[in-house]
Amino acid sequence: MHDFTRRTLLQGGTALAATGALTGTALFDFAKAWAQAAPWKAEKGAKLTVMRWKRFVPAEDDAFNAMVAAFKAATGTEMNVFSESFEDVQPKASVAANTGSGLDLAWGLHTLPQLFPTKVLKMNDVADYLGKKYGGWTQAAEKTCKLGNDWLGIPVATIGGYMTYRKSAMEKAGFTEFPKDFPGFLEMCKALKKNNTPAGFALGHATGDANGWLHWILWGHGAYTVDKDDKVIINSPETVKALEYCKALSDTFIPGTASWNDASNNKAFLAGELYCTANGISIYVAAKDDPTKKELADDTYHALMPVGPVGKPTELQLAVPILAFNFTKYPNAAKAFIAFMLEKENFDKWLSGARGYLTHTLNAYDASPVWTADPKNQVFSQASKRALPASGIGTPGEKAATAIADFLIVDMFANYCTGREDAKGAIAVTERQLKRIYR
Amino acid sequence: MADIALQPRSARPQIREATAWDQLRANKNWLGFWFMLPAMAFLIFFLAYPLGLGIWISFTDAKIGRPGEFIGVENYEWLWGDTIFWLSVFNTLLYTFVASAIKFAVGLYLALLLNENMPFKAMLRALVLIPFIVPTVLSALAFWWIFDSQFSIISWSLKHMGLITENINFLGDVTWARICVIFANIWRGVPFVAITLLAGLQTVQPSLYEAATLDGASKWEMFRFITYPLLTPIIAVVMTFSVLFTFTDFQLIWAMTRGGPVNATHLMATLSYQRAIIAGQLGEGAAISSAMIPFLLAAIMVSWFGLQRRKWQQGESND
Repeated sequence: MHDFTRRTLLQGGTALAATGALTGTALFDFAKAWAQAAPWKAEKGAKLTVMRWKRFVPAEDDAFNAMVAAFKAATGTEMNVFSESFEDVQPKASVAANTGSGLDLAWGLHTLPQLFPTKVLKMNDVADYLGKKYGGWTQAAEKTCKLGNDWLGIPVATIGGYMTYRKSAMEKAGFTEFPKDFPGFLEMCKALKKNNTPAGFALGHATGDANGWLHWILWGHGAYTVDKDDKVIINSPETVKALEYCKALSDTFIPGTASWNDASNNKAFLAGELYCTANGISIYVAAKDDPTKKELADDTYHALMPVGPVGKPTELQLAVPILAFNFTKYPNAAKAFIAFMLEKENFDKWLSGARGYLTHTLNAYDASPVWTADPKNQVFSQASKRALPASGIGTPGEKAATAIADFLIVDMFANYCTGREDAKGAIAVTERQLKRIYR
Repeated sequence: MADIALQPRSARPQIREATAWDQLRANKNWLGFWFMLPAMAFLIFFLAYPLGLGIWISFTDAKIGRPGEFIGVENYEWLWGDTIFWLSVFNTLLYTFVASAIKFAVGLYLALLLNENMPFKAMLRALVLIPFIVPTVLSALAFWWIFDSQFSIISWSLKHMGLITENINFLGDVTWARICVIFANIWRGVPFVAITLLAGLQTVQPSLYEAATLDGASKWEMFRFITYPLLTPIIAVVMTFSVLFTFTDFQLIWAMTRGGPVNATHLMATLSYQRAIIAGQLGEGAAISSAMIPFLLAAIMVSWFGLQRRKWQQGESND
């Protein structure tokens, strides 16, 4: 998903220099004052080992490290931060939870804290403190981290994925604004194909992209893998409708989407072969940073995912919650660090560093400068508000995460869209697998 | 003799009985055991134990980071009715048979060619090895680009020559995707077969060919009745290895297609990885990889019997 080119490395370098200015005395003064007043005082000689997912935007990592350094200076807490690729975060956190050692904090994906509710430090006080101060949490974020009345972790942010399209192509297809409902969207894709400026969405095993847009279509038709009691309900007329809609849509795609991984649509869009897709903000950021692609960047816009027949947004966005393990020797330092990260003085800069890649989960950050710095970022500010938890309407947790990781929904749609199976067959295979996961 | 026989009797009291420990320490048979111990420990810890553990896990409902409960053959029962698992078995067999057969044919042809006298013989032989030397993941990535749905150089060239108007959907179409991964595997595997068979060819005594020439044998008869029989043992070995490598292939598929499109190139190894590590269902993943064992055992048996044939092929006295 992220390619190291000479340019991105250079950018990392300049961004580092830029944040060097931010980490100056102002940040340290704030950190000191904050540590004095904060409800959680780090234990003397505290040491925290933090695992996080590997960043995609270098400036985001720099802002994060600046915060870590300021926290360390202000509280005297020894901080050991390391990062792991998306796929390795959950297994490593699981092993730490199981063995009761190795990590104090884990910053992971989707519903990570729900995987081991008995091994995490309850974050109720931190969530209350931040929620009260910053206008409350979004619903999806709250569901992702809460079990009953307890907060198992803190939903730090969400990685948003939205429609990324070429305005000129859309206008040529006869649309003045991006369609807001499913029939309109299908019409536009048909027109795009006719003009030889096709849309394309991944139907291969693309962990982020394929799961994202296919769950959106499934949920948009009111179909879900499981109901709120975790009973498997995939075998429904709504699912059939979702499959049929998706088939019609995929007939308008650029050829080859069945083989796409997470990087494929980025490449095709940046090469000017693809005119509409769903992705994180990274396509636009890459175009913006490339002087030779100025025209393409100027023509690239973002739009919200159209709303399906159910009449409300049904997006799957990638939540990134952090948790502290209850076997940590320094619970107060852990809580203090999490609260410190989400304070305005830190979080605004951090969001800016992420350039729209990360979206806040606390409502007050709607006004964060990153969303107005470039008007094209604005769409991504709503990711957490318009999302459902990864489990849809079911219980967030390991089972939902397994179903996503094993590409059950992706395979169901791909089987039908490529004509390998009829609707009944595609659903039956998925239903059988879901029943096993949710047994 | 008698003196010698009597002598020890008087000296005996001074010598203590050899204890069990002395026996273990000095006995020749035990000594052999001690020397074998490091190698045995290595094999047990790094081969037998993981294999046993894998099989044990396949009988549990273990998840990553959490030991499972024993659930008997439930995982296997579930897989028995799982269409994706059977698809992966079919894919693996197809991949192994087609790729191995072509690798053998092309490899043998190359070996015969390289065995001829020709200019730059040494250099050509070294060049053939290149695909084998390149790290698998790198060559897989190269193939991934060559077969890319939008940026394939093959599609690009054909389009510029005016032969096609649309890009070929190499990795997005079921049949094409299978052809592509098999092709990549053949490209990688041929050098191993070719070079090993070449080594075998060079052990064939030239005098046999001379005798055959005198008897008026044709080129084909020389191959059929001299080269081929003498090469059989090495063919058995090299094809066993080739089949084992192909059957357990993982990197090529994972880098090129991740098992797609719609699981058409999922091998048992890649499906096992996806279920066990990515989705966290360790028990089920272990069951899939354990299900590979019978197939692999069968391949080893073929090689073993192939080696047994050596005796009656080359005459009873030729060991």
